[in-house]
Amino acid sequence: MKYLMLIAGDEAAWEAQTDAERTASYARVVAWWRAQTDAGRIVSGHELQPSSTATTVRLDRDGRATVVDGPFVEAKEMLGGYAVLDVPDLDAAIALASSWPEPDTLEVRPIVTDG
Amino acid sequence: MADAPRPADEVLADTLREERGRLTAALVRILGDWDLAEELVQDAAVAALEHWPSEGVPRNPGAWLMTAARRRAIDRLRRHARYRERIRLLTAEVTQMDPGVATGGPMDADDRLRLLFTCCHPALNREAQVALTLKTIGGLETAAIGRAFLVPETTIAQRLVRAKRKIRDAAIPYRVPDLAELPARLAEVLTVLYLIFNEGYLASSGETAERRDLARDAEWLASLVARLMPDEPEVLGLLALMRLHLARAEARFANGDLVLLPDQDRRRWDHAAIRDAVALLRRAERMGRVGTYQLQAAILAEHATADSWAETRWDRIVALYDLLRRVEPTPVVRLNRALAVAELDGPTAALAELEPLAERLGGWHLYHAARADLLRRVGRAEEAVAADGRALELTDNPAERRLLQQRLAAGGVSPGAAPRGRRNGPRAG
Repeated sequence: MKYLMLIAGDEAAWEAQTDAERTASYARVVAWWRAQTDAGRIVSGHELQPSSTATTVRLDRDGRATVVDGPFVEAKEMLGGYAVLDVPDLDAAIALASSWPEPDTLEVRPIVTDG
Repeated sequence: MADAPRPADEVLADTLREERGRLTAALVRILGDWDLAEELVQDAAVAALEHWPSEGVPRNPGAWLMTAARRRAIDRLRRHARYRERIRLLTAEVTQMDPGVATGGPMDADDRLRLLFTCCHPALNREAQVALTLKTIGGLETAAIGRAFLVPETTIAQRLVRAKRKIRDAAIPYRVPDLAELPARLAEVLTVLYLIFNEGYLASSGETAERRDLARDAEWLASLVARLMPDEPEVLGLLALMRLHLARAEARFANGDLVLLPDQDRRRWDHAAIRDAVALLRRAERMGRVGTYQLQAAILAEHATADSWAETRWDRIVALYDLLRRVEPTPVVRLNRALAVAELDGPTAALAELEPLAERLGGWHLYHAARADLLRRVGRAEEAVAADGRALELTDNPAERRLLQQRLAAGGVSPGAAPRGRRNGPRAG
């Protein structure tokens, strides 16, 4: 079963950390990511640049695009990364998300496969 | 049961209640298709209604239903070649398991438990958990659930459809959680059962007789879980808690009016049921793993075994609340503890404990009603009337509203003028 795991966190809190804290937290995430990838539970995924780099493109019914600076929604917790999971069921996906080493919020959603 | 033959539809209703969850669980396990499983159970019930009135109710109605459902499943699946493996499973189980089916072997006990944990999965919202549990484990029809919650049947049907879709599309598994997850997942199940119980127990007002008694349904579900998980003390604690409430249900109303605990006629309590529930609670306590339901039941047991309100062991009750407060540090627990303190140390001490809770409980009618009672007892009549008035604004429950209106009519002058005194007449109970 494939799931998309979206990882959202408080960017301001991240910014407020010291360099040493950030390095330590990166080390935790990298170790975690490697372990999950080696176990075959993470198929792919990436960290994203901060939401200040996001651009939203909105299309109307006539196909006209409006381009706006910023992410879909302005919120305290912003999307910071994602992973595609391959695990047996939702419990396994929840267990994986629950072991994420940082104080973030994660959304797990099944991916539509075949038609 | 053997003397007067009962009408077939009555036996069918009773049997379905007991067997529906079992049938559905076994079929979901084999077929992996929730809707098909429910449809087959429904078909089997219809077949029973056709056969039983003329041919007589079979000796083992549960096994009869299971066999009927399985045969229909095989007929349905034969049309699709890809179900060959499932047909093999169904055929094997029909021949192997039928004699023992309705006696509840360990295998089908597991089925129901698995299904219950799926129904109460934390990835489903609370309303969906409640509807799924009542429908699939409790054997209630969608319409009956709607009536119980005063919600249109179509709303319940929608919730069930959405929940089942999520179970399928998000691949919510069908299993009993492993040991590491079990405490949290079991707590979720117990929360759902207690919520169903409270919906029935608190909402009942003695005048809506057509409304289904969800409290009894919840008690039945809890007793099922207690049978399936006999070594979980919190399950037994919750069951004891429900039974202690139900043992006093008769005395909660007099002529349609709500009667509070201090004023209840204790002769109307079911003392045999109270003894059994206390014994159950003691068994849970001996397992040595305390929890919120055991503590709440222990508090209720103190009330239920006291000869009168005045003779209640308030020291023990306050001590139990101190333990409960550690397990569950909520303002509601602190409010209830304060009310016990009122009996042990007097209303002034209790009022002092109540004041800091105003911010968090100010929107709850029972906070104001409790405060009004204490204010009346210390002679602050005007403030008492104001607090009762606030409580009245905050509740829609007709029985509670009547009680508050009576208090307000009495002017809040003295405890004797409150409904408590009026209800104590010899014929009131």
